[in-house]
Amino acid sequence: MFSYIIRRILYSVPILFGVIVITFVLFYVVHPPHSVALQMLGPKAKPEAIQNWLHNRGYDKPMFINTQAGRSLFDSQLCHHIKSLALFDLGKSLKTNEPIIDMFKRGAIPSLCITVPAFFLGITMAILAALFLVFVRESLLDVTGTILCVVSMSIPPMVYVIFGQWLFATQWSYFPAFGFIPGGFSMARFLALPICIMAFAGIGSDIRMYRAIFLEEARSDYVRTAYAKGLSARRVLLVHVFKNGMISLITLVVASLPLLIMGSLIIEDFFGIPGLGNLMINATRSADFTVIMAEVYVGSLLFLFGLLLTDICYAIADPRIRLK
Amino acid sequence: MNVFLLIIQDVAVIAVVAAIIWSILRFCRSERWQRALRRFYGDWLGVAMLVVISIYFVVGISDLVRLPVKDPSGRFVSLLDVCFRDVAVEKNFSAPLAHTTYSLNGAEPLKGRHLFGTDQLGKDVLKQTMKGCSTAMLIGTLTSLIYIPIGIILGIVAGYYKGWVDDVIQYVYSVIASIPGILLLIALLMVLGKGVLQISFVLGITGWIGLCRLLRGETLKQSERVYCEAARALGQSNINIIFRHILPNVMHLVLISFILGFSGIVLTESVLSYLGVGMPIGTPSWGVMIDSARMELSRDPMVWWNIGAATGALFFLVISLNLLGDSLRRAFDPKAA
Amino acid sequence: MNPETPLLSIKDLFIRFETENGDIDAVKGISFDVQAGETLAIVGESGSGKSVTALSLTRLIPEPPARYVSGEILLNGKDVLKMSPRELRAIRGSQIAYIFQEPSTSLNPVFTIRNQIAETIRLHRPDVKNVNEEIIKWLDLVGIVEPEKRMWDYPHQLSGGMQQRAMIAMALSCQPVLLVADEPTTALDVTIQAQIMTQLRELKSRLKMSIILITHNFGIVGDIADRIAVMFRGKIVEYGETKSILANPQHPYTKALIECIPQLGAGKKRLTTIDHASLPS
Repeated sequence: MFSYIIRRILYSVPILFGVIVITFVLFYVVHPPHSVALQMLGPKAKPEAIQNWLHNRGYDKPMFINTQAGRSLFDSQLCHHIKSLALFDLGKSLKTNEPIIDMFKRGAIPSLCITVPAFFLGITMAILAALFLVFVRESLLDVTGTILCVVSMSIPPMVYVIFGQWLFATQWSYFPAFGFIPGGFSMARFLALPICIMAFAGIGSDIRMYRAIFLEEARSDYVRTAYAKGLSARRVLLVHVFKNGMISLITLVVASLPLLIMGSLIIEDFFGIPGLGNLMINATRSADFTVIMAEVYVGSLLFLFGLLLTDICYAIADPRIRLK
Repeated sequence: MNVFLLIIQDVAVIAVVAAIIWSILRFCRSERWQRALRRFYGDWLGVAMLVVISIYFVVGISDLVRLPVKDPSGRFVSLLDVCFRDVAVEKNFSAPLAHTTYSLNGAEPLKGRHLFGTDQLGKDVLKQTMKGCSTAMLIGTLTSLIYIPIGIILGIVAGYYKGWVDDVIQYVYSVIASIPGILLLIALLMVLGKGVLQISFVLGITGWIGLCRLLRGETLKQSERVYCEAARALGQSNINIIFRHILPNVMHLVLISFILGFSGIVLTESVLSYLGVGMPIGTPSWGVMIDSARMELSRDPMVWWNIGAATGALFFLVISLNLLGDSLRRAFDPKAA
Repeated sequence: MNPETPLLSIKDLFIRFETENGDIDAVKGISFDVQAGETLAIVGESGSGKSVTALSLTRLIPEPPARYVSGEILLNGKDVLKMSPRELRAIRGSQIAYIFQEPSTSLNPVFTIRNQIAETIRLHRPDVKNVNEEIIKWLDLVGIVEPEKRMWDYPHQLSGGMQQRAMIAMALSCQPVLLVADEPTTALDVTIQAQIMTQLRELKSRLKMSIILITHNFGIVGDIADRIAVMFRGKIVEYGETKSILANPQHPYTKALIECIPQLGAGKKRLTTIDHASLPS
């Protein structure tokens, strides 16, 4: 199993490299260093000043590989970029000149405060609902439930947010509509509504997926054996079908765990939560390209990490793989 | 824009519609599709959804086909504009079917009745919603025209030829798939700017992955089966096998993907417009309408018809597409659904 | 219990499947008896209704689409078709136990053998104090070597033959009066087939239990079955003592089935097949 993990890590490296190249190219298409220099030094700057400015920041080096005589092959902008990424230096914000890594550190906690509880709340409700639908399968309840799921999937996500906020905060005043005060239990007041909305918005498609998984397991031979042994439908579902279904479910669920740090763009924007999603939205509005590209890179890193985690979890959970 | 370009645009719209209908009719002749069609007719929900979607489609087309007549602002009018010719532009908000503008004091009389009321600029909400329909249809179709050919070609080639070709294609889509969708879309749109073509392009070049994976898997299965071996034994070239045998056998998956993908595209466009990276403000798009209407719910008095109309239109289109997609899945493969 | 009353008595059983493509009559009015301690073999090809019959004994078939149109299934005089769900669950596993064709998929892959057998012992025999000991005893009885180690294995860690033995142990652990074996050896190697059939014979004489053996293979029934019922298209076409049927088959279908058994050294060039068109419907 150890070699399996090593292989999976090695497989992720070229993919991460591909992502880095894409973000690198995209960034330089939008923000050629020459125009940044012009911006910084003014339109009347002399060509030598511009050259100097570019040279001091290493922007005059070749883009991908350095084929000049007497220079190392890897003395290029791309390689320096990769080196700084490896050292967790994500660059600086174009607007505030703050190191992006610091902005990330600041924004991670508020995002997690919303996404983690919403995630677990959503999954629990979805699994329970899916098990219930399998228990009553092919009845009117099942059909109604499935249609409700499709309805839930078809409502655009921002409508959940707008409507939820309008209903619970403005109309009924159960929760404050906006804002975030970090630290302690007073935080809970501000978070309850976004967490609930986030959990409910995604529930429709999750229930359908989990229902399909459990239904597939319920058709297996071992379920027939379980009934033949005299077990009740409840036990068959909650013990036999559930445990097998969870193994398939884990592959879906664990993959999205690391991405929780990135936060929800719509919810953070709407409720004024200063997390990483909000960071992205503000960067979009103010055309802060370094931040946008940094978010893209970190997002991919987390996604690949999630895939790795999935493989590991799957190998541990499924005895057929664990005990080879 | 002169009359010549206008005619070209109209012909293009009609040509695309005709091409889609022609290709569907052509595939209907196959045995598998005939059986599926029979099952589909019995599924009243699916047929009802098809009717609903057709209505959206007609409304969308009516705004894309333009006539060589100019309206006061210098734009060519569309068929939709002709239908709404008599609807006036008011000064401010007004509630559905109201007689005066919507404010606590200083309510002024309206020029005419509006079924869904008017928005902040006084435009009729129903007309804006219908124009939004054409935007949705346009983006959906353009995006599909981009991602479906890419997905089909890459998917079938990867599944059929296997080997290093398969590895390269898998690498490409793994890289794109690793970037969280919304972030990638935002990044690309920041590079390219706002607009219909940009959105369609961006959604298209990121959206082929699902179809590619699906067709790759299906092609792998099909190419192992005996009829492909038999064809090879008879000396058929690979291209022939792909076009005559494999492609017709996976087209039903393409159709289902197209329908379900369309709903995803429409939803994504609305989210992107809402976030401010999609369509420019002022274009008729449901996402833009929801964005501008964000704060209207908390106004006093409350303005709900703008966001209600846009959400309603978006919701009914998406849910119809989803239910139609499910219905088609059941029609083509009753066991797996 | 009156020694004359059969353990299991099927009278005019009629089972229909109602699907959207039409109704299919799987079992069309069959009747047979199984006495205590007796082994009945139900032989027939795929689609003859033999598996449906076997599963119907404890109503294991999902009831839409299946429907018990008419007939009686009398277990010790009580009609199974009229039992409540709770009574049904009580007889499943403790009175009538099953073993199935594919042991690799019929055992739950994520639970150990020990857990799966313990589950049924705890359900039907709550008075057993030392469950592990009991499980070891049964695994040993079915011929599994080192049962105290094997019981902690997962199904995929056992070979096909051992998986089937484990299933047999699980079925027998609650001491049922009737064991229903639905094609127990079809998915196994021929050599393992012989081992399993030998094991079943041994268990039959040791535990004195009744067995219903479902199979399409006439070749394995000779040594173990007391009586044979031949099913064809939902009906029983021949029913009687093993010796007399094997020696003197009456129905053309039975004759055809017996002729299909490959004979070592018979010197035939082609295997015999059954011509369905020539059989009476």
